[in-house]
Amino acid sequence: MWGLFVQIFPYVIAYTIPMLITSLGGLYSERSGVSNLGLEGLMLSGYFATAFFIKMTEPLMPHGLSLVLGLAAGVVCGMLFSLLHAFASINLKADQTISGTAINMLAAAVTVYAARMITGSGNIPILMGIVRNDIPVLSKIPAVGPLLFARSYWSSWLALGIWAFSWWLLYSTSFGLRLRACGEHPSAVESAGINVYAMRYFGVLMSGALSGLGGGIMLVTYSGEFNGSVAGLGFLAIAAMIFGQWKPLGILGATFFFGFFTTLANVSQVIPALGSVPTVIFKVFPYVVTLVALVFSSKHMSAPAADGVPY
Amino acid sequence: MADKAKIKEERKSSPFLIAFSAVILGLVAGGILMAVIGENPLEAYMYIFKGSLMNMERIGNSLATSMTLLFTGLAFAFAYKTGLFNIGCSGQMLIGGLTATIVAHYVFLPRPLYLIVLILSAIAGGAAWAAIPGFFKAKFNVHEVVSTIMMNWIAYWSIYYFIPAYLKGPSLETESSSIALTQSLRAPWLAKLFTGSEYINNSIFIAIIAIILIQFLLSRTTLGFGLKAVGANKSCAEYAGINVNRNIVLSMTISGALAGLAGLSYYTGYSLNMQIGVMPSQGFDGIAVALLGASTPVGVLLASVFFGILQSGKGFMNAMTSVPPEIADTIISVIIYFTATSVLFEKLWNGLFHKLHERQQDKDAAAELTAQEAQ
Repeated sequence: MWGLFVQIFPYVIAYTIPMLITSLGGLYSERSGVSNLGLEGLMLSGYFATAFFIKMTEPLMPHGLSLVLGLAAGVVCGMLFSLLHAFASINLKADQTISGTAINMLAAAVTVYAARMITGSGNIPILMGIVRNDIPVLSKIPAVGPLLFARSYWSSWLALGIWAFSWWLLYSTSFGLRLRACGEHPSAVESAGINVYAMRYFGVLMSGALSGLGGGIMLVTYSGEFNGSVAGLGFLAIAAMIFGQWKPLGILGATFFFGFFTTLANVSQVIPALGSVPTVIFKVFPYVVTLVALVFSSKHMSAPAADGVPY
Repeated sequence: MADKAKIKEERKSSPFLIAFSAVILGLVAGGILMAVIGENPLEAYMYIFKGSLMNMERIGNSLATSMTLLFTGLAFAFAYKTGLFNIGCSGQMLIGGLTATIVAHYVFLPRPLYLIVLILSAIAGGAAWAAIPGFFKAKFNVHEVVSTIMMNWIAYWSIYYFIPAYLKGPSLETESSSIALTQSLRAPWLAKLFTGSEYINNSIFIAIIAIILIQFLLSRTTLGFGLKAVGANKSCAEYAGINVNRNIVLSMTISGALAGLAGLSYYTGYSLNMQIGVMPSQGFDGIAVALLGASTPVGVLLASVFFGILQSGKGFMNAMTSVPPEIADTIISVIIYFTATSVLFEKLWNGLFHKLHERQQDKDAAAELTAQEAQ
């Protein structure tokens, strides 16, 4: 059993990381008081931009540089898309649910439209993603070493770094306090002389940047090809944020939880002990678990008080 | 003295004007995207409309496309009126379509009776699928957007495995076997009326009945009033003695039933089989239909016909030009974005009307002055 665990663990991490970073993006937005249902679309825009940029630059520059710039392109593209949401929900006080839905549909349509013009088929494959590496010394630690530090992507460490930084930024700095206050009681923040609009713009743009990065990481780790959909991962990220009660540590736990069960579903066929269970059970399992998790965590919501309320 | 009757009431913007502006901007955005890839937008739009309205046959096909959108639009609009955001129409449509397809394969009855059973099965499937998130919302405060999306994926994967196992077609693993024409919603006389339209089917009549029923339910019954009251102000409705939780479940159930009818119209009227691995986009397009139609049954009807024309003509346009068919979805999503930001148009139109009004007043005053001087 332990052997199996060690075997699938790198896949669990690979699957969890894009969801974690996207969910974290959602946290910035919702903590600043703007609900963001467009994570799926923002993620998709990053997914596309990264694929497009890497495809264009692959022959021109060293592999590693192309990947880094590709991820950066994903971040920028996610931010540009999130500007639409920020403008609608902050300046125009629009219905944020509708605006988020529009972002999802717009990203789905525009990216495939562009991909079709570029490759004809609507898919953009890249030659090579990030290569898995053992981290020297650390991967030799018994038990923990092979689990966490063997065959890992550098992007996973980047994402975890951003997660830790965000936790510090949101909970240990006065800037973080102000940002969170904008999601709880914006008029109090305004009376303290802080620009609520600017803070909310920051929150929404961060959600775009991180979701775009999430989509990009998904591309350069386990996907390897833009195919027009991130398969509901953005929505799972929202569910994880709610399940994680809008807290960094909760989000880490929730996304890992989903990542673990989805990976289990994907590998169930090749594991003799699980092979006798119909695959459909595993396929629907993460979604059913999400529903059940929400049933238990939604009663006592700790959502930011002014989340989704225009100011 | 100023003639009071002469001064007209200042005009205000209306839902129709806002929808109209959103559509125009959507079409402009689509045109820009076409121009970017070097195509003539006017020509491409002409092909879209030709492709969907060129002759009776194509009009019939476009109408058939519209009917599915009409049902998902009505489903979303109904829930939206009562304060719920049912983004799970796709899943409810899948399950309603599945139950209807099962009935079409295994139930053989005299035609009128059969049609009733078929319709009821689709209603039951969609309603049940939506009642679950409705119950979760009422009982446990689970946000319906997230729960209905989870239900979408559960439906998607269940069908992915159910179809090959129980309804497999003779040739392909990825779709169910076609249902017999006599077991479908299609009608020979309708096909004749639309000179050979392959897709036109009886769902048109079901749609008309549904629109009338929903309009009646919302505007003329106590139940409809209660549902709308919950949508407008939950606490106020509760204070007035309306059972909020019961209404939430009921609203989701009715919305799901309508989405189930969308599945009926699509899978037993339009395509006659179910493909696996496809999340029907009509569920999401329904959101656009409902918002553009200001969530009223008649508005939904008009919006669904418009989107049906776009969706049904895009194939022809793609064949005649190099514009990818995704342009239709792009236009639709831009339209939703602009309906969300309707405040912008409201200000714009009100500002314009205000200016026109002032100018008119100035003119009237000037005319009055010259009239006085003449005396």
